[in-house]
Amino acid sequence: MSEITSLTLYELIKNIKEKKISSNEAAKSFVDRAEKSKKINVYVTENFENCLKLSKEFDDKPNFDLKLPGIPIAVKDLFCTNEVRTTAGSNILNNFVPTYESTVTQNIWNEGGILLGKLNCDEFAMGSSNETSFFGNVQNPIAEDLVPGGSSGGSSAALAANLTPVTIGTDTGGSIRQPASFTGTVGLKPTYGSCSRYGIVAFASSLDQAGPMSKDVKDSSILLEVISSFDKKDSTSIDFKRNNYSSELTRNIKGLKIGIPKEYRVDEMPDEIEKLWKKGIEYAKDCGAEIIDISLPHTSYALPTYYIVAPAEASSNLARYDGIKYGLRSSGKNLIDMYEKTRSEGFGEEVKRRVMIGTYVLSSGYYDAYYLKAQKVRQLIKQDFDQAYNKVDAILTPSTPSSAFKIGEKSNDPVSMYLNDIFTVPVNLAGLPGISIPAGVDKNNYPLGLQIIGKPFDEQTVLNIAYSMEEKINYKNNITDWWMK
Amino acid sequence: MDEIMSKNNSEYLIERNDNVYEVVIGLEVHAQVTSNSKLFSSSSTKFGAEPNTQVSLVDAAFPGMLPVINEFCVKQAIKTGIGLKAKINNKSVFDRKNYFYADLPQGYQISQYKYPIVGEGNVILDMPEGQKQVGIERLHLEQDAGKSIHDIDPSNTLVDLNRSGVALMEIVSKPDLRSPDEVNAYIKKLRSIMRYLGTCDGNMQEGSLRADVNVSVRIKGATDLGTRCEIKNVNSIKFMQMAIIYEANRQVDLIEEGQEIDQETRLFDTKKNETRSMRSKEDAHDYRYFPDPDLLPLEVTDEFIDKLKSEIPELPDDKKKRFIDEFKVSPYDATILVSDIDTAKYFEEVVAKMGKNRDMKLAVNWITGELFAVLNKKNIEIAQSPISAKNLAKLINLIKNGTISGKIAKTIFELMLDGDIDPQIIVEEKGLKQESDPKALEALIDKIINDNREKAIEYKQGKEKLFGFFVGQAMKASGGKANPQLINEILKKKL
Repeated sequence: MSEITSLTLYELIKNIKEKKISSNEAAKSFVDRAEKSKKINVYVTENFENCLKLSKEFDDKPNFDLKLPGIPIAVKDLFCTNEVRTTAGSNILNNFVPTYESTVTQNIWNEGGILLGKLNCDEFAMGSSNETSFFGNVQNPIAEDLVPGGSSGGSSAALAANLTPVTIGTDTGGSIRQPASFTGTVGLKPTYGSCSRYGIVAFASSLDQAGPMSKDVKDSSILLEVISSFDKKDSTSIDFKRNNYSSELTRNIKGLKIGIPKEYRVDEMPDEIEKLWKKGIEYAKDCGAEIIDISLPHTSYALPTYYIVAPAEASSNLARYDGIKYGLRSSGKNLIDMYEKTRSEGFGEEVKRRVMIGTYVLSSGYYDAYYLKAQKVRQLIKQDFDQAYNKVDAILTPSTPSSAFKIGEKSNDPVSMYLNDIFTVPVNLAGLPGISIPAGVDKNNYPLGLQIIGKPFDEQTVLNIAYSMEEKINYKNNITDWWMK
Repeated sequence: MDEIMSKNNSEYLIERNDNVYEVVIGLEVHAQVTSNSKLFSSSSTKFGAEPNTQVSLVDAAFPGMLPVINEFCVKQAIKTGIGLKAKINNKSVFDRKNYFYADLPQGYQISQYKYPIVGEGNVILDMPEGQKQVGIERLHLEQDAGKSIHDIDPSNTLVDLNRSGVALMEIVSKPDLRSPDEVNAYIKKLRSIMRYLGTCDGNMQEGSLRADVNVSVRIKGATDLGTRCEIKNVNSIKFMQMAIIYEANRQVDLIEEGQEIDQETRLFDTKKNETRSMRSKEDAHDYRYFPDPDLLPLEVTDEFIDKLKSEIPELPDDKKKRFIDEFKVSPYDATILVSDIDTAKYFEEVVAKMGKNRDMKLAVNWITGELFAVLNKKNIEIAQSPISAKNLAKLINLIKNGTISGKIAKTIFELMLDGDIDPQIIVEEKGLKQESDPKALEALIDKIINDNREKAIEYKQGKEKLFGFFVGQAMKASGGKANPQLINEILKKKL
């Protein structure tokens, strides 16, 4: 049974369609393994019983025409799931059970997927290490006491630990790609507007985007095909022609032009990242791509811009958690006192920090200097990419400036933590698709990822390049199941 | 109070120690958009439903819920803009106005701040001394908040979110108003235009129309504006006028005492008839406006606007002009007839039903006289009139063609009230047809002159006042049915 959990999504679907494995067998395997894996703390809410029941129902009346026939899937706890508690990793939503379903998860269930449970994440997706979750740290399956990245840390860890065949995360500044990079897995952030935000607990609305996380590139293409859809319930959803990403997936990238942005060669970047990048360039050439040096001149402004725009939107998005309608309510002498106590007790330190920053940058007298300026810079960053895409089809960069770090190592140094997003944040600001694929290891044998950034709505090219390079790189995670011992 | 009302209603002047002050008023009117569903959700907007029964997940701001603009509300705002002869902006932006309150579920109100959907326009007021143009600064769309209810539970505030998310148009005037009378005329005109357009029902009792009133004073003739105070959320014209009078006098008193006026937000206490400070400029909320990232900028094409323009009905100003030109109605009467769309409709229907041989003067008099009196007495709108336009037209025609006298018509009118009865039927059933047979009337008058010989002689000797006496006797003898014109003619001949 243990092989079931190590199968890729594609393999699992094949086995289920060929009736070699039943949906219920698959569900049991993942549930059994999860029971032995509590130590890495990936689940906030388990849906095991219901998953076993639903998988049995699927087996009784199977429909193999579906894209995810009876596949058990765990999802980040930022997606609202009907009648299953949804916390966003926060105390303030500790008791919150939605009566509705996010569009992205609904798309998964419509194609036969079955919910295994809700995966841990940084509180309101604010963090790069999963350490801001109210429900505790998540262990990286790669090594003990290593962070799994964030904010989709529960998702990346569950994937690397073979606790779910695929999963979905959300990416506001790197929250899919950075944890994928830290755990030797694949994570794709689609173009802004590709996946509906309806029913996803909002962090920063103009940046948030859901995307697939998987063990390999093919699996991401299968899942993207399921979750990407135009949705009238989200005014920022875009009605564009979506590819059949998995069937159109090809390793023929001959002649594609891949840009290497000189500004991503940042100061103090470790040698091993530099080496990884160079290796990636060679792999891309091997695949038949043409390498072109490009410039994205405003790159150095991306991080400060992001840390103005994202907190600003977050400060407003999180105003609804006030103790009045749902979630935590602390008792107070009057309305204001109740607000203060509820939000003091309900939110963690990082969330409070960002609400404070966001409130500050939107304040009268500071708005022009911060928020408005940041919006202008954001346009310049977008233009950088637009100009680059006149010359190239995609861009290759490292995913992160370092490998996974130790739990607690950066938790008292927010700026150093924020620097982790340096390569991923520009992609969100420009609304572009980006994927992180595992490409090697550092001196500690911790995985390192490469990022491929595409043109808007051109997920297919991003996937194709990743698919080609993946074959050349031939990376395999070395997971020892240390937490079971 | 030593205020002096000038003869001119467009001015409200206050005199203190030889200084004459004028009051400068600007209004921010909040008009609820007539729409079945809310601005960003599909919940019903019906007034008076059980608390919290018209609330969607979006209205209650559940996690992950997103606003989706209601196109109908956008059309309504644009139509209103067209009615205000205003510039319609092809691009407008929804912003978040951030503040915490129990009945504001999102923790922000979605409004339009820098880029409203409608720009500058104007409204014409018909004041007794002539027309006055009032500038419109802008019109923008925004969400209404819910309602906090403090008087049901002794220790808790209850929240009703039925109103949360309902579409409002905020119509901001320029500081062009100068008196409580002008404010009255302005609100009524706005209401009239929106009712013609069907974009706001203007029902002030149900809160569909409320206003923030900006008041400042200055020495008459000065060009700079004084420091203004904003009186929040006043929900009747009478209260607006009372608040303006109180506030203007308060400000004049302060100036005369050599004090400064603080720019502040004030509340009008309707029981004490006074305004009170709510918060000073220093305590003003910092709303941290920024563009709502959940909504794209609202873009409307010229074709879209033109299509709406083609759907705009005849508005009060044009209708008034037509009534004067086409129906030869006096400007005064025309103003009254067009002020309310239902009155105008009623009048036009009466005109249509009167047919070729119509009498406009009679029609106007009967509508603004007898009918209005009945509506007032019964406290109902003309749309609920107990007498249909068709039957009123018949009654007028009966007078016009001499079948009945004006006096009998009043009796018939009273009878018609009981179930909109056809006046022709009443005339026949009650035998109220006017006596217009000259022979019968001559016989009747002969008898009266015979019975009152002495008076007839006095009349012939020059006591002309007695003519009325004979008319009265003749009418009485005929049971009111005699044709008064014929009576006059015959009497003149016979006396």
